[in-house]
Amino acid sequence: MNTVIFRTVAPFLTALMLVFSVFVLLRGHNEPGGGFIGGLIAASALAIYGIACGVAPVRRAMVLHPMAISALGLLLSGLSGLPALAAGLPFMTALWTYPTVLGTELPLSTVLVFDIGVYLVVLGAITSILLGLEERDVDQGEDR
Amino acid sequence: MEDVFAVLIGLFFTAAIYLMLSRQIIRILLGIAILGNAVNLLIFTAGRLVREVPPVVPEEAMVPLVVTANPLPQALILTAIVISFSFFTFLLVLAYRAYQELGTDEVDEMRLAEPAREPPPPGGY
Amino acid sequence: MAVDATTVDLTRAMVTVPARLADVLIVAPVALPLIGGALALFLRNLPRLQPVIAILVLVVLVACEAALLARVLAEGPLTMMMGRWLPPFGIAFTVDALGAVLALTAGVAGLAVAIYSATDLTVGDRRFGFYPLLLLLVAGVSGAFCTGDIFNLYVWFEVLLISSFGLIVLGGDPRQLDGAVKYGILNLIATTLFLVTTGLLYGLVGTLNMADITERVAALPDGGPITTIAVIYLLAFAMKAAAFPLGFWLPASYHTPKIVVGAIFAGLLTKVGVYALIRVFAMLMPSERLLLADVIGWVAALTLLVPALAALAESEIRRTLGWVVIAGIGNMLAGLALGSEAGYAGAIAYAVHSMLAMTAIYLTLGLVERIAGTSSLHEAGGIWRASPLVAALFLVMVLSASGLPPFSGFWPKAMLVRAAITADAGWIAAAILVSGFLVTLALGRVFLFAIWRDAPAGRPAAGSAGRIGPAVGVGLAAIIAVLGVLPQPLVAVATDGAKGLIDPAAYVSSVFPGARP
Repeated sequence: MNTVIFRTVAPFLTALMLVFSVFVLLRGHNEPGGGFIGGLIAASALAIYGIACGVAPVRRAMVLHPMAISALGLLLSGLSGLPALAAGLPFMTALWTYPTVLGTELPLSTVLVFDIGVYLVVLGAITSILLGLEERDVDQGEDR
Repeated sequence: MEDVFAVLIGLFFTAAIYLMLSRQIIRILLGIAILGNAVNLLIFTAGRLVREVPPVVPEEAMVPLVVTANPLPQALILTAIVISFSFFTFLLVLAYRAYQELGTDEVDEMRLAEPAREPPPPGGY
Repeated sequence: MAVDATTVDLTRAMVTVPARLADVLIVAPVALPLIGGALALFLRNLPRLQPVIAILVLVVLVACEAALLARVLAEGPLTMMMGRWLPPFGIAFTVDALGAVLALTAGVAGLAVAIYSATDLTVGDRRFGFYPLLLLLVAGVSGAFCTGDIFNLYVWFEVLLISSFGLIVLGGDPRQLDGAVKYGILNLIATTLFLVTTGLLYGLVGTLNMADITERVAALPDGGPITTIAVIYLLAFAMKAAAFPLGFWLPASYHTPKIVVGAIFAGLLTKVGVYALIRVFAMLMPSERLLLADVIGWVAALTLLVPALAALAESEIRRTLGWVVIAGIGNMLAGLALGSEAGYAGAIAYAVHSMLAMTAIYLTLGLVERIAGTSSLHEAGGIWRASPLVAALFLVMVLSASGLPPFSGFWPKAMLVRAAITADAGWIAAAILVSGFLVTLALGRVFLFAIWRDAPAGRPAAGSAGRIGPAVGVGLAAIIAVLGVLPQPLVAVATDGAKGLIDPAAYVSSVFPGARP
C-alpha cells in the first residue's frame, strides 16, 4: 500500500470522509444516517489513513487514545438520559430546544447528545480494533 | 412470501451449524457470522413482511395513514447487527492472537488450559 | 386505517403522569455503573484513581439498590418507561423483589471484588481497564435483573458478555487465550440462540414487554409454536447457566483468568442465566414450564451430580471450584423444576447465597494462592501455619459452599429439600443431598490438603496475604454467617419474589397502571 498516489490522496480522502461522517451523524434524526453509521464512516476514514501512512501518525492525529474517545461517548450517552429525570420525566425522554442562531432555527435535543455519544463510542471502539490489527504485523502491541 | 424466507433462513442455519461443527476456529467464526445473519433475517420475517412503505407519520397526522412496514424488527435487527458485529471483530482478534500464541487453530489441539493427561488428585498425605 | 388526529388518545402511547424524583432509583443500578465505568475508562491513564472511582461508584450503587429493595418490598414492583413510551412501543424497566434482591447481591459481590483487587492487580492490568470492565459487567448484570423487556434482557446479556470478554483476556497469558476462545464462542452461540427465540416469540405474540408477554402467552392455546420457543429458551439459558450437559465451557475457562476475574464470573455470570430461566419459565410461560418440568428436573439432577463427581476428580483447586459453581446451579434448577412457591423461593435464596459464596470462595482461594504460590492440590499446603486467618476463612467458605450450617448455604438447601419432599419429588431431594455430600467431600479434601497439611518439603510460603484481601474475606464471611444465623429476612424476600412470579398481577399492573390498552 506504499504507492505515491495513495499516500498523496489518503489525507484528503480521510478529511472528506470525516466531514461526511459528521454530516451523516447530524442528518440522522429524521433521515437515514445517525451516530452508528457516522462513527463507522469516521473509523474507516482513519483506517485508510492508517493503511497509507502507518499507525503512529493516526494515533498522533487522534490526540486521545481511541478507548478514551469511546469512554467519552459512553459518558455522553449515559448522561444524556439524566436531564429528563430532573424535568420530572422518565429516564431517556427526549428534551428539545429551538434556539435561533444567526437567523436559523436549530433543533437541538438530548437525542442528538445521545447520538453524538454513539458516534464517539463506535469511532473509538472500531478504530481501536482496526489500529490494533494494522499494527500487529509490525509489533505485538498490547492494545485490543 | 414468508414461506420463501423461512426456507432461506433454514438454509442459513444449516450452513451456520455445519460450519460451527468444524474443528477449525476460523470456520466456527464464519459459522457464527452466518448464524448472526440467519437470526437477523428470522427477526425480520417474524415481524411480518409487507411492501416497502416507510413507517413515517406525515406531519399533519398523529398516526400513519396507510399500512406501513413494521419498524420494530428493523430496530431490533439494527441492535443485533451492531452487537454481532462487535463480537465478531473481537472474536476474530482473539482467534488470531490464540493462533499466534498456541500455534494452532484446531480446537482439539487447544489444550493448554486443560492438559490432556493430568495426574489424579493425591490420595493421602 | 386512516385515523383523525383529534381522536388519538395519547395516554395509550405515552406516560402522562410525571415521574417522581425517587424513581431515579429504578435506573440507578444501570446508570451509575455505566457512567462510572465510562468515567473510569476515560481516566485510564491514572491507575491510582481507578479503584477509588470504582469503589465509590459501587458503594453508592449498593446503597441505591438497598433503598430500591426496601421500596419494592414496601410498594410492590416499580416500573419506569424509558423515554416515556408505553409498551409495546417503549422499553420498560420493572423491578420486583426477585430482581431487586439479586441486583443488590450482585452489587455487594462487585464491591467486594473491587476492594479486593485494589491490591491484587498490576498497574498494567489497571491501565488495560480492569475497573471500567468490572463496572460495565456490574451494569450489565444489574440491567438484566431490572429490565422488564425481553429484548432489552438480551442487550444486557451482551453488555455483560462483552465486558467479560475483556476481563477474561486481562493479562494475555496463552492459557487465558485458550480459555477465552472456548468461553467466547460458546457464550456467543448461547446468546444468539436467545436472540433467535426472542425473534420467534415476537413473531408469535407481537410484543417484547415481559408483562405484556405474560398476559398474551397465557391467552394462547398450548401447542407447537410456544412449546418450541420454550424449548429453545431452555437450551439458550441453560447454556448460559452452565447446566449439564451444556456447561463444559465453564470448567474449561474459569480457572484461566486472574482470580479476581474468576471470582466475579463465578459469582455473577451463571446466575444471570438462572435468573433468565426463572423469569421466563416461572412468570412468562408457566404452562410450558409444567410441560418441561420433567426435563428441567432431570437436567437439575444431572447438574447436581455429575459436576460434583467431576470436582472430586480434579487436582487443580481452581478447576474444582469451577465444578462446584455448576453443582450450585443444579440446586437453583431443582427449585425451578419443582415449580411451587417454596421451590422458587428456595431457588431465589440459593441464588443470593451462591453469588456471595462463590465470589467469596474464589477470593479466599486467591489469598491461599498468594501464600502458597500455587493452586495445585499436589503442591499447596501449610496455609494453616502461615496464616490461621486465611485458613479459617477458607473453612467458612467451604462449609458455606457445601451447604452446611451455620452458614448461608444451609437454609436455601433446606427450603429446596422440603419443597421437593412436599411435591412428592423425593429423587430431586435425594440429588440435592447427595450432591451436597459430594461437594463437601471435594472441598473438604481441598481444605485438608491445601490448608491443613504441612507444606511439602522445600516449598516455603511464597508470599503473604496482605491486609485488604483478608479484610474483604472477613466481610464476606460475616455476611455469609449472618445470612446463615438469621435467615428470616432472606427467606421473606425470596418468598415475596416467588409469590410475584406465581401471580404476576402486581408486576403487570405496575407496567400498565390504568386499564389495558
